[in-house]
Parts: sequence; structure tokens; C-alpha cells
Amino acid sequence: MVIEGEQGRERSGMSGAGDEVLTAEHVLEYPYSRSVGPAIGAFLAGLRDGRLIGCRASGGRVVVPPTEYDPETAEATGELVEVGPEGTVTTWAWVTDPAPQHPLDHPFAWVLVVPDGADTAMLHVLDAGLPEAVATGMRVRPDFRPADERVGSIADLRAFVPTAPAAGQVPKAATTVAATRPDSGAVTAVDTPIRLDYHFTAGTAATPYLRGLAEGRFVGQRCPVCKKVYIPPRGSCPTDGVATEGAEVLAGTGTVTTYCVVNVPFAGQSIEIPYICAQVLLDGADISFMALIQEIPAAEVRMGLRVEAVWVSPEERGPTMASVKYFRPSGEPDADYESYRAYL
Amino acid sequence: MAERCAVIGVGQTKCASKRLDVSIAGLVREAAVGALEDAGLGFGDIDAVVIGKAPDMFEGVMMPELYLAPALGAVGKPLLRVHTAGSVGGSTALVAAHLVTAGIHQRVLTVAFEKQSDSDAMWALSVPQPFAAPLLAGAGGYFAPIIRAYIRRSGAPADIGMKVAVKDRLHALKNPYAHLHLPDISMKMVEDSVVIWDPLHYLESCPSSDGAAAMVLGSESAAAASEAATGKRPAWVHGMAMRSEPTMFAGRDQVNPQAGRDCAAEVYRQAGVSNPRSDFDCAEVYVPFSWYEPMWLENLGFCDEGQGWRLTDEGATSLDGGDIPWNCSGGVLSSNPIGASGMLRFLEVALQVRGEAGEHQVDGVRRALGQAYGGGSQFFSMWVLGAERP
Amino acid sequence: MTAAPTPRQGSRPVAVVSFAQAPNVRRDTAHNEVELLMPVITEVLGAVGITKDDLGFICSGSTDYLVGGPFSFVGALDAVGVWPPKSESHVEMDAAWALYEAWVRLQEDDVDTALVYGFGKSSMGDLGKILALQLDPYTMAPLWPDPVSLAALQARALLDRGLATERDFAEVAARSRRSALDNPKAQVAEDRTADELLGDDYVVAPLRRHSLPPLTDGAAAIVLAAGERAFELCERPAWITGIDHRVETHAVGARDLTASPSTAKAAEVAGVSAGPVEVAELHAAFAPQELILRRALGLSADPTGNGSTVVNPSGGPLAANALMAGGLIRIGEAAARIAGGTAGRVVAHATSGPVLQQNLVAVLEGA
Repeated sequence: MVIEGEQGRERSGMSGAGDEVLTAEHVLEYPYSRSVGPAIGAFLAGLRDGRLIGCRASGGRVVVPPTEYDPETAEATGELVEVGPEGTVTTWAWVTDPAPQHPLDHPFAWVLVVPDGADTAMLHVLDAGLPEAVATGMRVRPDFRPADERVGSIADLRAFVPTAPAAGQVPKAATTVAATRPDSGAVTAVDTPIRLDYHFTAGTAATPYLRGLAEGRFVGQRCPVCKKVYIPPRGSCPTDGVATEGAEVLAGTGTVTTYCVVNVPFAGQSIEIPYICAQVLLDGADISFMALIQEIPAAEVRMGLRVEAVWVSPEERGPTMASVKYFRPSGEPDADYESYRAYL
Repeated sequence: MAERCAVIGVGQTKCASKRLDVSIAGLVREAAVGALEDAGLGFGDIDAVVIGKAPDMFEGVMMPELYLAPALGAVGKPLLRVHTAGSVGGSTALVAAHLVTAGIHQRVLTVAFEKQSDSDAMWALSVPQPFAAPLLAGAGGYFAPIIRAYIRRSGAPADIGMKVAVKDRLHALKNPYAHLHLPDISMKMVEDSVVIWDPLHYLESCPSSDGAAAMVLGSESAAAASEAATGKRPAWVHGMAMRSEPTMFAGRDQVNPQAGRDCAAEVYRQAGVSNPRSDFDCAEVYVPFSWYEPMWLENLGFCDEGQGWRLTDEGATSLDGGDIPWNCSGGVLSSNPIGASGMLRFLEVALQVRGEAGEHQVDGVRRALGQAYGGGSQFFSMWVLGAERP
Repeated sequence: MTAAPTPRQGSRPVAVVSFAQAPNVRRDTAHNEVELLMPVITEVLGAVGITKDDLGFICSGSTDYLVGGPFSFVGALDAVGVWPPKSESHVEMDAAWALYEAWVRLQEDDVDTALVYGFGKSSMGDLGKILALQLDPYTMAPLWPDPVSLAALQARALLDRGLATERDFAEVAARSRRSALDNPKAQVAEDRTADELLGDDYVVAPLRRHSLPPLTDGAAAIVLAAGERAFELCERPAWITGIDHRVETHAVGARDLTASPSTAKAAEVAGVSAGPVEVAELHAAFAPQELILRRALGLSADPTGNGSTVVNPSGGPLAANALMAGGLIRIGEAAARIAGGTAGRVVAHATSGPVLQQNLVAVLEGA
């Protein structure tokens, strides 16, 4: 949870066309299935089995969660040991307003807990109800999820909870028991899905271009130094490091300078394969851009093919390159190689 | 260069599509320990660590050097993490080397890795950007059109790419660390494989690999000490350079990029190389898609522009009888943990110069070139290693 | 002409000769990274009368995860205009480490000037989630601990051990944001007393709102020059007489969060205590962290500003916290005091990772 207040100024944009700069939402998401190696695997297997596992490091210290390599000596760490189950809180922080991704959906404390027998703390959460119930030095115990819900992940431990209070109770002696490998099988991998949401800004230079696309037009910009026309404009002339300017309206015709035929499936793909992915140099532009070519068999596509834009219907258009459905042959004779060989 | 710098230890993992036996730390560690043992050193002897890798979303770990600090023996030490796209493995080595040549450190551990199996390289490289049409289909989708332009410009026969694909996989059979071992590789096998980004066949493209590479770079005195301890000769840095150019600009030559030519010219100037084809005994060059061999042969000045395909065609770049073997390790076509691939190139020439390349050793290597590139053929890092102290 | 002071590390004196930053704002929806950076780069080069063609090396710091797409630094390069091709590199770290890489590169005399830049827009994504991804992917990140929560654990530890009070946190915040009133680039600047601030609600106890940095979109750039070149370019170069960085172990539970041994070590190597520290710009995103860093650097523990060192005259990260540029900005702000003639010896600190895991310290001096 991070401070969300509206401190400080904002810079919001008026692009040249007098409209606000375009923004869009963007999601980055992947399931991420990770192999864990033996030490982490043993820790996660321990959690699955309702136990806390640490490892012995240099000087006989017991580290939990087990690190694979000793931070002091850089050597591989040694034998696995069971620690806890109870432990002591060494510091805590109270979250009044949990974020959706946090482990608990009601107020809780982050804690560092040193399980009995360990010499380092592990990071987790404490489900204690009220901040008044939490104090450094308090005794806690792990509250594991039901066995059939445990998969071998840090979340198998739902939270730490306070141990039942008893006056004069002395913490369990710091002895360790050598851990045996869980009979129920090693944990070799863990799933850690990640989803991040972003607000993406097109920027001031690209906005008129994108609005142009919504209107079925190609609008580029020109560099005041080298005079080249850039489409799509990205905010600078990449060779001169100065802002491109103006609104250069270009025709919807151009030349295929080169291309490939994509025939490989992959996660996140949205166009049916095989498809022709070409570099199209619009008439009047000085750089080409990537575009889809259709209405021609793949085997007939060639460098120099003259093409014209086919737009999606006006209702479907928006400020995105997806307003251009594809390019198709315009029927003109192929462009002379010399006319486009310097462009790619 | 003020101080001399040498490669005094080399380590690498067996690359595979999925290294399911290790965590990220375990993968990196394997290479790092290999390099230290090769140099006759322990983690305690290292002054600084420089790690490099490609985009963090491959593994879903942001700035993984933080998590990896203990695994790399970096606790209490300077630690840098370089990211220059595909060239990163090379530029990481150069950043490490500069720490030595600038006299800041005596022994630097440099590591590069990618654990692509934690996600999916095609997905990570093709994440659709807002406002753009979702056309980009991985690196091959970007480079295949450029290859087509090369073929048109040079008039090369259509089978040149496949010859590279076969050659590099034959080389890989002599490299136990390579990901792809295809003993039945042949022109027909390549031609029969699916054309995934026309004109590239599936077997003309690099695999997606989990892997790590590491080197120990040392000063002159560190090199002497390691040689005394291990009996292994240092591989001296004779030249090193990086060059970058913008991704796209009006009139940009993406087939034969200026940044590549400039970088080569600079590194040759430093190393006193005037004729790369004859001055080098071998080279490890970043060829992720077959046709990049003839393209880089031209870009790196091994032949005139438009003639690179002839060298490939004649077998000049083959370990088996060629005068300028390229990618004896099998190259990127045989192993491609993206963040590490550049360092594997740099590391393989070190092995060659030290006489440690085993079955894929070229006889009598005195001087060799390592090259890595990245982004839209826009980032280049190169070094020249030699057996003689410069 | 006066001579450059002899540096403790390296052999070639290198100085900060120019520094520029974008306005630090909560949300810049008008500009993509290129548009955010371009005016900053134009300004930083123009201030010393050079163009991109005069640069021998370029190095930047940024992270893909703030943008949500791979290779975000590649597009940003268009703000510089690397044509003809240039020697250029990038770290996926705060640009303070890009400055370190450039400083190393300038040790060799084939290059004389370098451009360093960094940028980060916190407004694009959910920083609480994004920064959790810096943590161990197996045992910590899946719990999604955000940086405020981790800083709160650190703050609690300070309180429990009697190393600080909540009033100390408020004093740091009050002083910082009052200082920011003199910084036209600051995002949050106000004159409130510690007493007033102590009335704020907790956000994640024991951190109240005032102890947290703002969310910032920002960018910054520095020009470094070596030897005589620095004197050619500016009247009062800020010479880097010491620079070092160190990292600690990663697991939050395996560290002493109340101290910063990596800062102390970097400070020792950089020679902080070899002379008076007139100004210190500290990359303390959370008010309690300033207290930890003061101790690690051997500065006065007094958070009210009555010690001998002026800490964060710019307002520091509590006034503006551009990620990936923030550490570079500390170096620039410290250097600006040398350039402006108001100080002769200053310290800049930069941090990376969860709760001060990695730290860089630089000492800058006038000739």
C-alpha cells in the first residue's frame, strides 16, 4: 500500500490538436512457474507438511527461510533443520487498510518472526485482530491452512497468530531437530502468478497521430533539423535529439520495403497465423512501420509491393493503430527497388 | 587502456530449455563457482561483482541482483547490474573489464544469465504495447524482414542460412554445454522444419534456453597469481568497445548497422587488427538467426559488403577446414539464454585463446573476436582477446 | 588554474559539471519517457555549452517494471540522439549507479565527458506491487510486501531499540519539506511543525503520512568531465574525490534493519570522514531512514537540522521521489552546492533495493 495522495503538481497535456494526451490501460500478466532447487524446495515442502524448515549456515547459525548460500562466507549452506513451531516477533508494522494483493483482507501486522531454534527471522503476517495485541517480543505460532489446501508455497502458512497467553511462560528452548525429507514428495516448483496494471501515456507527439487514426488518417511529424517525416512520432527525432513538430498528413498508400510471414503460435497472440508482417513506407514518410498485409496470398507478397490502407469501420475506429485493419495491394505497379532500398 | 586485464577463469552451465533442478540462484551459482574454480580462487578473493541479464519480466523478478547478492558472494562488495538488451552479456563483461583497466579492482566476477523457463521468451518479447497493433511476433518476427532485405541486396542464394544452421549445430555436438545437440542435423532436416518467420525455418532459429555464464577478470598481478596456481594461461584483453545507435530513424541501415561497423573499427584499432579474416584465428559472434552470419561477416569487415554469404558458402567459417571458424561452440543458434548469450560469446573466445575449448578447440589460437548485439541491431559490444600480453 | 583534488579511488579526477532535472510531479500524463527526458538533456548539455557530439560516453539508469514493458531504456535513448553511434551503456538500477559506471569509464583517458541520465514515472503502475517484485521470488514476493510496509518494520525496530522516537521521524519530515520551499523542482514543500505532523494518521504504523515520500514522475541528468576538460566546461566543477558502493544480504529477516553497514563501509572507502561534511544529500525515501543513514555516515544525529551538516537542503526524497533518478538527483543536488559556491565539501548517498539493501556514497569537493 503506497501513499496515494495527490501531493504536488500534475503535468497534464494539451497536444498540438488541443485535446488531452491519450492514455490507455495496459496489463502485464504471467503465471510464472518457478523451479526452486533443493533448499527452497525443502522449505516449501516443510510448509506443505505444516513445518518450518531452516538450514545451518556458517558458525552453526540457523537461517530461516533457508538460503541456498551463506551471506557471510558465500558457501553453500548445510543441513536442513526443523525450527519453531513457535517463535518470537522481532518487529512488526500494522496495516489498517490492506491492499488486494496482501495475504489478509482485514487489518493485520507484517512481522519478522524468529522461530525457536533459528537465528534469523522470517517475514510473514500476524493475524492478531488489533494493533494493541501486537508487541515486539510477543510469542506467536504458525497457523497453517488445512492440509488439503497446502501446495508447497509460502501461502501454505496462512499467518502467524498469537500463542495463548500464559504468565511466566518461557520460550521453547533453542534446540533443533534434524529434518528428514518429507515422505510425501519433494517440492520442485512453485507457481507465483504476477499481474500488474499500468496507465500508459501515448505522449504529446503521438496523440495527434493516434487521433488521426481514429479519423482514418495518417498524421506524422517533421524534424526541424533533418526535415525527415516520422510516423508514428514518438517525441523526438532519434538522430537529432530534438522534438519533431507539426502535423504532416500522409496518404494512405505506400510501399512494402520488406516483410516476413509469421507462422509461429505464442502466448498472447491475437492474429491468426500465418500472417504477413511487413514494413510499410507510407508515401511522404521517411521511416516505415510494421503493418499487417492481407488480401494477397503469402507467396505473392514481395518487396516493392504497392499497398493501400484498409480501415476498420468508422464506428470501430479509435486512437490506435488497430484502426488500420490491414494494408492490401493497391494495384499499382511495384515500386522500383532503388526508391525504397534505403528504407527498411 | 591504463591497466592490463585478462580472463583468468571461465564457468558456464549446461544450457537447456528448462533447468528444473535449480532456482535462479542455483543456476547463476553454477557458472560463478565454475569460473572461480577455474581461476583457482574463492568468493573471498573477488573485489566486485558485475551481473547482467535481459528484461526482468523474463523471470518476473525486478532487479534480481538484489535477491542474488548472497549467491554471488557479493555481500559487502560493489555489485552492478547491466542491461543493454541482447548485447548485455557482452557489455556486462566490458563493464567488469573497465573496473580492472581503470585500476579500481584486481579481480572482478562477472556473470550473466537467463532463466527463461520461469516464463516464456516469446511472450516476454511480444508483450503488446498500448496504441500499437499486436503484430510483433518475437525476435524472429523483427529480424526476418531485415534478413529478407539482406538477401535481396546481396543476391545470396536461398540456402545460405540453412548452411549456417547446420554448421553451428555440428559445432555444438563438440560442446557439452550447448543446449541443442542434434546429431542428425542436415540441410534436409532444416529445410523440412516449419518456416516460422518466412524466410526463416524453425531450425534456422535460436532455441530458448536457461543458462548462465561467468568469468573472472583479473589485473596483471591477479593473472600471474592464477596462472601460477592453476597452470592455465590468461586470455588478455587486447581491445574492447561498445556502440549504440537509435532503433529506427530515417535512412537507418538495419542490415549493416553503422554502430556495428564503428564498434568493430574501434576494437580493431585498439588491438592492431587490420584484416580480421586473417588476423583472427576464430570468432564467436552473436548469430541468433542463421542469416546473421553472412550479415555480420560483412558488418565486422571479414569481407566486402555483399560477400558474406560467399564465405559461409565456401565453408570458411567452419571448424572443419575453414580458415576463420565462427561459433565453434555452436553459437546462439545452439544455446540462447538471452541475457547470457553475449557473455557466452566472450567466454568462448577466452576458452579458445587459453586452449581450453576441448573438442571444439581451433588449433593454435593467438587472437580471437567476441561480438554481441542487441535490441533492433543497435547495441554492439565487442572484445578482442589474445594469448600474448598486450 | 587551480588543480583538481586527488581522488581516493581511481587516478583521474572526474567532476560533475552540470545537473538538470525535470519538474518533479505526481503524475505527468502529457509526456512519454522521451518527451520527459529530452528537455532535461538539452538543458544539462546546454548549461556547459556542449552537444551530444562532444560526449565520449553515455550511461543511463531505469527499470522496465515502472513502464510495464521490456527494453524501456531503448526508447528513451531517442531523447539523446545517438547518431553518429556512441559508446553507450545502461544499468537497470538507479542512475547513481549509471554515474558510477560512467565515472569508471572516464578513468581511461580516451574519453573526457560523459552524460548520465535516469528517469522513472511512478504514476504508471502500482508501486506497492511493482517494488514487491524486487524481493526473493520464492519466499517473500508472493506475500506482496510493499515498500511502505517494509519501511514500517524498519521504523518499529528503531523505536523498539530506543534508537529513535516518532518525534524524530516528524522532525526529519518537517525539516525536509520546509527546506523544499527553496527548491523550485520540489514536489511537496510546506512549513509544518513536528507537532502538527504528529497529528497525522498512521498509514502503516508506525509510519504516518509525513514519513512517506510522494509518488513522483521525474527525470534527471548529469554531465561528468575529467581532468582539464572539467575546468574548461565550468567554473566550479564538483570533483568526485571518493566514490564507493556496497550491498547487503537480501533476506529482510537476516539483516539488522536499524543500521546500514553497507553505507558505513562505502562511506569509509569513499573517505567521508576525511574532512568536514558541509552538506549531505541522503536518499532516504522514508523519514526514519535518514536517521539510520546519519549514523552510518557519522553525521550529527539531530534531525532538526541543528548539526554541523546541512542534510537534504533540496528537501530530499520526502519532497520528491523520482525512482531510478532519485539517487542521481542526490548527487546532482550535492554537486550544485559546490557549483553554487555555498559549500566546499559535500556527500551524496544513493540507495537501491528493499529497506536500504544497497548503498552508494560519493564525496564531492570544490578545487
